[in-house]
Amino acid sequence: MVTRLVKRIYLYLIFMFLYAPIVVLVVYSFNQSKSRGHWGGFTLKWYLELFKDTEISRALYNTIMIAILSAVIATILGTAAAIGIHDMKKIPKAIVMNLTYLPVLNPEIVTGVSLMLLFVFSKAITRIGLGFFTMLLSHITFNIPYVILSVLPKLKQLNKHIYEAALDLGATPFYALWRVVVPEILPGILTGFMLAFTLSIDDFVISFFTTGSGVSNLSIYVYSMARRGVNPKINALSTIMFLTVLILLLIVNKRMSKDNSHAKEGVK
Amino acid sequence: MKRTWYSYPYLVWMVIFIVIPFLLLLFYTFTVNTDKGLMFTLDHIKRLWDPIYLMVLLRSIVLAIICTIICLIIGYPVGLILASREYRSKKVLALLFVIPMWINFLLRTYAWMTLLEKDGLVYTILKFFRVPNPQLLYTDQAVVLGMVYNFLPFMVLPIYSVLTKLDKNIIEAAEDLGANYITILKRVIVPLSLPGVISGITMVFMPAVTTFIISRLLGGGHYILVGNLIEQQFMVVGDWHFGSAISFVLMVVILVSMGIMRKYDNEYEGGAIW
Amino acid sequence: MRKIARFFGIILVVVVFLTILAGCGGTSRAQLKVYNWGDYIDESVIDEFEEKYNIDVIYDTFATNEEMYVKIKGGGSDYDVAFPSDYMIERMIREDMLEKINFDNIPNYKYIDDRFKNLDYDPNNEYSVPYMWGTVGIIYNKKMVDEPVDSWQILWNEKYAKQIFMLDSSRDSIGITLKMLGYSLNTRNLDELEQAKEKLIEQKSLVLSYMGDDIKDAMIGEQAALAVVWSGDAVYMKRENPDLEYVIPKEGSNLWFDAMVILKGSKNKKEAELFINFMCEPEIAFRNTDYIGYSTPHIEAKKMLDPEILNDTTAYPTDEELANCEVFEALSDIIQEYDRVWTEVKAATK
Repeated sequence: MVTRLVKRIYLYLIFMFLYAPIVVLVVYSFNQSKSRGHWGGFTLKWYLELFKDTEISRALYNTIMIAILSAVIATILGTAAAIGIHDMKKIPKAIVMNLTYLPVLNPEIVTGVSLMLLFVFSKAITRIGLGFFTMLLSHITFNIPYVILSVLPKLKQLNKHIYEAALDLGATPFYALWRVVVPEILPGILTGFMLAFTLSIDDFVISFFTTGSGVSNLSIYVYSMARRGVNPKINALSTIMFLTVLILLLIVNKRMSKDNSHAKEGVK
Repeated sequence: MKRTWYSYPYLVWMVIFIVIPFLLLLFYTFTVNTDKGLMFTLDHIKRLWDPIYLMVLLRSIVLAIICTIICLIIGYPVGLILASREYRSKKVLALLFVIPMWINFLLRTYAWMTLLEKDGLVYTILKFFRVPNPQLLYTDQAVVLGMVYNFLPFMVLPIYSVLTKLDKNIIEAAEDLGANYITILKRVIVPLSLPGVISGITMVFMPAVTTFIISRLLGGGHYILVGNLIEQQFMVVGDWHFGSAISFVLMVVILVSMGIMRKYDNEYEGGAIW
Repeated sequence: MRKIARFFGIILVVVVFLTILAGCGGTSRAQLKVYNWGDYIDESVIDEFEEKYNIDVIYDTFATNEEMYVKIKGGGSDYDVAFPSDYMIERMIREDMLEKINFDNIPNYKYIDDRFKNLDYDPNNEYSVPYMWGTVGIIYNKKMVDEPVDSWQILWNEKYAKQIFMLDSSRDSIGITLKMLGYSLNTRNLDELEQAKEKLIEQKSLVLSYMGDDIKDAMIGEQAALAVVWSGDAVYMKRENPDLEYVIPKEGSNLWFDAMVILKGSKNKKEAELFINFMCEPEIAFRNTDYIGYSTPHIEAKKMLDPEILNDTTAYPTDEELANCEVFEALSDIIQEYDRVWTEVKAATK
């Protein structure tokens, strides 16, 4: 009984530690006074200012656009790559896999600066300056390995004979791949896609080094605002993002538990 | 029927965006711009050997180790408690634990600036309890705190997932054999959860060594970390050669330590079969 | 299977939709990329410019001259207009990074006070149009500092340990240290530079934080007692918190000029000149100087200012106060030494 109480208190303390900063930001987002020290009354003006801010809507647009594009491209490239790698012989496979792990293991900052070197170096030929496009290329680059790593295990679990059976029944290799292999590895592909999407949304370090000329994503925007001093608009932004995440997770959770109960009924 | 060619687009991509940047980094590390053009040099690596820069590297490692240890001490019990809950509440609690991770990393760090600064919430509480020097913002403690806050989930989640998969029968067997909880913890649970602990350690240590945002926002730029040094060389000083050299050394340090951790991990798993 | 097809179908539609949106936003208007100091403009001025000339302004900010230089020199960016300071303009001219401005397109240049023309950094007035000017000094909180503040020495006083903010900017921080030691802030003497380095390292344990634009909110919020700041920021801070006071220390300081320049390779030179000219419209120049607090070189804008500001020596110091002040020089041959010193100061432990 005592240990249970201790456990419960410990868990509460940890949750307090995790949520206190967020709660404080939420509370301060309604604070009239700009100073963080004292409470100046309730207001919604920071939210209004946030919505009027064109810089932030631009940053938000960049973030979402890059997340979607990079996740889609990385998923396509990565899934194809995983299928190819799966069929490789031992030694080339080992080489490719080790190189694939490199961006995952490498410190983000090193990946960031080396990509920056590449883009600056290649600008003489490609005429592409640091900006949206280079940021997109970088995001695809660090996303692909995660897609490969989530698809490969599913390929290993795959029963080879189903695919061969499909071929025997007259399916073209591509048709067999699309109708037999892809549905089997779909959970892996979706995991990879979601992973890529979230990593891209949350990225700061690599974007910071590979963008330029006023193109920023949300993280970079927050960083430059935080560097400029107190800004209650950040609090309002955090509150909105927190609520969005909360609502999304609740919806996903509800759907998942619904699916589970459906599945159970199906078993009956 | 080989489909190896499916991976060719990716291979091309990998060469352009992983291999070539890496070679460029090497190129910058070992060259210097002189009047006669580019020359091979080891000067940038040698420059890092200066005690000033070695101290920066050392500080980064020490702070990261402190952060990892704190995360382990705080996080292991959390993983244990979460895993011991029954199924329903376990899922909800684990979710509650993950939600803060979904909020932008920069926003979370900014939140701590608000809490720690003079007349902030933490400052006020500490002052109320008459703690001397309640100013935490712009100190090493603030940097470690920020790291622990941001990286704690990376420690808890692997431990939690290993512990949930733990075979309950083993624990029951130990109980039946008369072991008390402490003994079970020491002799059964902890050894079996070691793979989770190891991946937790690597997942916390790695980003902690290389961070530059937490030290920049919470540390006040006194005693910079290796990440800040790299950022400074690339973004403020513009010495890309020296910046590349630091990045290169950091990369070697990280990859080697990862390799060692992994080897240990594999050996352990190999031994666990017996 | 149908589910995945639908899933990717939706994503495809979204992507196409967003691309079209982006395409519309991007092509219909000319674009101008402006790179300025943080908090260095009344942002409504930009909106007005966009509306008046139907030009899209991409506005980005930097915290130090060095940061701006590296971004542009690195070659990755394609800004059109930037706002560097004197010594940086000199360096950029020497390194062929600036475009000559066609002053026929800047009729409003006539409003700029002659005092700010033909200065050493741009002797023939070909590359730059003055924007603001000012000094570097100490701002202090009268409630927290009871002794008279008249020397840089106070920033090394143990009494104010962890009560001091320094600028995270190499030339400024090394410069004031050199001044305190009685040397020129453009010294080429390595021994003097080394002494300044030692002093700065010695000071580290007293400094609460090395800051950029965040220094303003921190001083207004009374987070520290003393800070090194630029004069215009001091005007703003004094306005927000009357307990703050600004001084130019007796050893002398830095007198600086920020100007607008067009960067080499700009594809929008015409728009850039329109922008610079717009910034020199009397009404616009007034709004900027009034909003950010910095001192204007614009004759008409100055006339519109509140006499109270004009009489405040923070923004418009007397000749006497400026007597010991120096303007930074580019020091191209030795600037790496300054960079090295600053890197070592920041890296040093104790």
